[in-house]
Amino acid sequence: MAQHFRLPSGGRIDRSKPVSFTFNGSKIEGYQGDTLASALLANGVHFVGRSFKYHRPRGIMSHGSDEPSALLSVSRGPGRTDPNNRASVVELREGLVTKSQNHWPSLNFDVGAVNDLFSPVFVAGFYYKTFMWPRSFWDKVYEPFIRAAAGLGVAPDVPDADRYANRHAHCDVLVVGMGPTGLAAALAASETGKRVIVADEQAEPGGSLLHASEETIDGKPAAEWVKETLAVLDARENVILLPRTTVFGYYNHNHVAMTERVTDHVVDPKGAPRERLWQVRAGHVVIAAGSLERPLVFADNDRPGVLLAESVRVFVNRYGVLPGRKIVFATSGASAYQAAVDAKRAGAHVTISDLRLEADCGPELAKARAAGVEVLTAHTVIGTVGAKRVKGLIVAPVTGAGAIGPRRTLDCDCVGISGGWTPTVHLFSQSRGKLAYDEALDAFLPGTSAQAETTVGASHGDYDLARCLTAGYAAGAKAAGSAATARFEATPTLKGFQPVRVMPTDANPAKVRAFIDFQNDVTAKDIKLAVREGFQSIEHVKRYTTTGMATDQGKMSNMNALGIVAGQLDRPLPSVGTTTFRPPYTPTTFGALVGPARDALFDPIRTTPIHDWAVEHGAKFEPVSLWRRAWYFPKAGEDMHAAVARECKAVRDGVGVFDASTLGKIEVVGPDAAEFMNRMYVNPWLKLEPGKCRYGLMLKEDGYIMDDGVVARVAQDRFHVTTTTGGAARVLNHMEDYLQTEWPDLNVFLTSITEEWAVIAVQGPKARETIAPLVSDIDLSPEAFPHMAMREGRICGAPTRLFRVSFTGELGFEINVPADYGRAVWEAIYESGRKFGITPYGTETMHVLRAEKGYIIVGQETDGTVTPDDVGLAGMIAKAKADFVGKRSLARQDLVASGRKQLVGLFADDPSLVLEEGAQVVADPNQPIPMKMLGHVTSSYDSPNVGRSIALAVVADGRALMGTSLFVTTPGGFTRVSVVDPVFFDAKGERINA
Amino acid sequence: MLDDSLYARRVSPLDGAAKPASLPGGVTVRQLKPEARFSLRVKAGAPADAAGFALDQKINSIVVRGGRWSARLGPDEWLIGGPEADAQLIAEEVEATLRDRPHSLVSVSHRNVSLEISGANAAIALNAGCPLDLSDAAFPAGSATRTLLGKCEIVLIRAGAEPSYRVEVWRSFSTYAHGFLVEAAFGLQNAA
Repeated sequence: MAQHFRLPSGGRIDRSKPVSFTFNGSKIEGYQGDTLASALLANGVHFVGRSFKYHRPRGIMSHGSDEPSALLSVSRGPGRTDPNNRASVVELREGLVTKSQNHWPSLNFDVGAVNDLFSPVFVAGFYYKTFMWPRSFWDKVYEPFIRAAAGLGVAPDVPDADRYANRHAHCDVLVVGMGPTGLAAALAASETGKRVIVADEQAEPGGSLLHASEETIDGKPAAEWVKETLAVLDARENVILLPRTTVFGYYNHNHVAMTERVTDHVVDPKGAPRERLWQVRAGHVVIAAGSLERPLVFADNDRPGVLLAESVRVFVNRYGVLPGRKIVFATSGASAYQAAVDAKRAGAHVTISDLRLEADCGPELAKARAAGVEVLTAHTVIGTVGAKRVKGLIVAPVTGAGAIGPRRTLDCDCVGISGGWTPTVHLFSQSRGKLAYDEALDAFLPGTSAQAETTVGASHGDYDLARCLTAGYAAGAKAAGSAATARFEATPTLKGFQPVRVMPTDANPAKVRAFIDFQNDVTAKDIKLAVREGFQSIEHVKRYTTTGMATDQGKMSNMNALGIVAGQLDRPLPSVGTTTFRPPYTPTTFGALVGPARDALFDPIRTTPIHDWAVEHGAKFEPVSLWRRAWYFPKAGEDMHAAVARECKAVRDGVGVFDASTLGKIEVVGPDAAEFMNRMYVNPWLKLEPGKCRYGLMLKEDGYIMDDGVVARVAQDRFHVTTTTGGAARVLNHMEDYLQTEWPDLNVFLTSITEEWAVIAVQGPKARETIAPLVSDIDLSPEAFPHMAMREGRICGAPTRLFRVSFTGELGFEINVPADYGRAVWEAIYESGRKFGITPYGTETMHVLRAEKGYIIVGQETDGTVTPDDVGLAGMIAKAKADFVGKRSLARQDLVASGRKQLVGLFADDPSLVLEEGAQVVADPNQPIPMKMLGHVTSSYDSPNVGRSIALAVVADGRALMGTSLFVTTPGGFTRVSVVDPVFFDAKGERINA
Repeated sequence: MLDDSLYARRVSPLDGAAKPASLPGGVTVRQLKPEARFSLRVKAGAPADAAGFALDQKINSIVVRGGRWSARLGPDEWLIGGPEADAQLIAEEVEATLRDRPHSLVSVSHRNVSLEISGANAAIALNAGCPLDLSDAAFPAGSATRTLLGKCEIVLIRAGAEPSYRVEVWRSFSTYAHGFLVEAAFGLQNAA
């Protein structure tokens, strides 16, 4: 094919740059500056897809982002394929591979088209009426069927190969749209020197002026004015011009989201992003988004070859493409006459069929006739002839009384339809502005603004070019705080239309397929049926019929649907209301929303200073909040069980080393530090001496355990507090909350030092001997440095806060060193401990070792409903303290009642059986269902040191059940367990003081 | 006496990070050398100066005096910094000056990693993840603030008029922050 429908001259395409692409495997040529739609039309291709529900042949209807039908799969290469691209907005680029959708086996012969024959069955609410019974059909028949039928196009199945960027920006004035109104607004706003951003969804700025054939502005051809205006704006440092940028979301505080298509139009992006998401905070937003043309509703108005009238004009003037040789314009308004005149001038045979009476027409009538166009006034459209391409338009005269005269078929290969215009109020509506119905314009117009916003020009129902320019300029100036105005002289615009919901017809309306929503295959009779079935609100009609619910959000269909509902209900249109517009204005890629947040940048992955060492030594890792923690260190051939068993033995028999750097740490400093600690924790702190540690237990106000950790008093006015890994931020916020809101009088300050210190736990009988050669300025002897003491000194020359503490029950040290020294100190300890068989261990072994000692883990033994007494820690509570967070709640009736779940140990009868964590505990497995649950298993491991499996559980009145038997659920049924003391190893606690 | 070979040396979290030789968009991202840094808290009535660190500047601004700088991040909060070798000295001098006032001085020299992003488009690159207005009018020379970079918290400092920004980020977020800034530079590119 060789662009037989390309005009010999004209248009804004670059004829020196031919571009080729494929459509369903055929190679097609166009020019730089074409869209897929204009290139396809230049080659006479109208039929480009099958409709969603009925699989009817569909063509290109529009030149812009409202296109409902011409949805193509577009591939720019591997990983760069996506479905449902509107042919009218995809810029032509060498090598694009495009395909039509929703057909099998081919576009021309589609088995699914049989749906069209059964259309009387597929009425509104078909799903709700059909898939109700038999009930048993749902899982096996209906749901699979619906799932297979749902969706349009094929989702990509390989990762997106493109880069997507994100950019926050601030400006004084954001102008949406670069048509005449937007450009005039940008001129005025930027005149003031204020920061201005101007965005337009099209590749080329200019809007309607790009297809203006006769229009002049201040004596210049419109295109010339655009060029000069853009040059002025471009030269201004305070202006950012963003073509190819769709403003798709208008949120609170003038936060406006827009997608810039950066490189889709170039063959090699050279690493540049495909799209850039702009998040603009604008002082004032000027919406100059133009208006959308309405289609006419008549039988078979969806045939390929039927376009919007203005779109025909765009293809002729802007792209140099004649969509047909014999074109009929069917209209109820003036603007289509200009399209007809331009098509005629371009060489087409043109007829106009206008619903309006001759007397109701304006100057457009004489103009068209003078240009040699035949005009049939007072004519309705009955239907079309043709299937995969329109071959004729059936029209008939209609009298004032509504009687319809004899039909007449106008042969044609293209139809331009126009049912008037609808202002684009989507963004205004998103901004929460209130719409007001204007009867003269038959449109909802922006009423009261909810934010610093002005909607102007065609978006405000102003269709005259000179008025748009003048109003745009004034709005831009005002948005920038100026009162400047400017007068523009421009060619008067042919405007005005007679609203019509459904074209009068002599056919049986119940049989006629007149499409309202082309993308979702909703016809006028579907809407009428919905109203007959009792739906009165447009929001309900919308959901029941799915009109306006396709990806085009009813850009073409909304007003016609509203009008039909109002007509059926015999109510004024505003009382039916309008649906709410929601972002995005047009479909937005996931890539743009995700931006750089993928792969390594998906989320910060926090690692410790010792992480790389663990990687080098083969550790397996587990995620703990954002941290990656070494889980266990398998040797060759070891599975997790074997590795953990070896690590557990090594710590009790020799020495193990563990990276505890992720522990949350807070430095609490100030003269009132001890008083503050006293109020935050259940324990007493005032008398804790500097150099001593204490296990601290923190409650929420409700009396339940929130967090725990060892705290060292570094100095009279300084505490080094540790928290759980996952609780670090929560605890700091909790403390700050109280400090700032309850006790602002306390002189104490909180600083997060989690990341200041790397923490190396050295645990086991050989721990002291391991670190001794490295430590200076600290006497490590048991007498000088007992359990639960803290000393400051040096290790490997680096400053250290050395804690003698243990979460294993062994002699142990937790060595805090400034983080950058962490790895070097760790390596030195590892070397020093080699002669004792030092074993690095991970979080799993840490969990087993502490469970052997019955030490709780917050979040494992506790779940936000556990009190200190429940886990046997009531002794921690300082009885003498007047108050602490949670104290009053501990006296609540239900917290002191008997029957609360208490921490116990469980031994399964089978010592090799490791119970499941979370398994339920019951007294009698033979009781009737529902059984009485006594509690659940909180921790469960195989313990090599105890020589059998062990479990911790919370069980109602558990401490009173010591020595009795209970039953625990397993995947295979109940198993019997004995209730035992939760300390399984070294119950006297002698080893820790070694 | 500790054997010389046992003295620990510092390892930065970014020592092993891949660093592209050059970035697009006229932007350079690098890690700054270690410095002494402290979080200083003083309640209302702080002196104008503590051991050479200004305390009386506007909130969200930084004052550099000699090798010492102080960024005021809130009514009672400053991030102060100086040469690495002076860490002990700074601590002693500040403590001495503020002895009679309720205050807190906590070393964060190892908690924080300092990155620098510079070049004509540095502010735009930062805006890939920082929602603040970084124009000369809104964020002039001498600005310092706690803010966000993508999904991590940072302190952003612009000491001078040149387009050069210091990003103070917690250590375990530094690989993310560094990667984010590098990716942001690539995101500056447009169709050639």
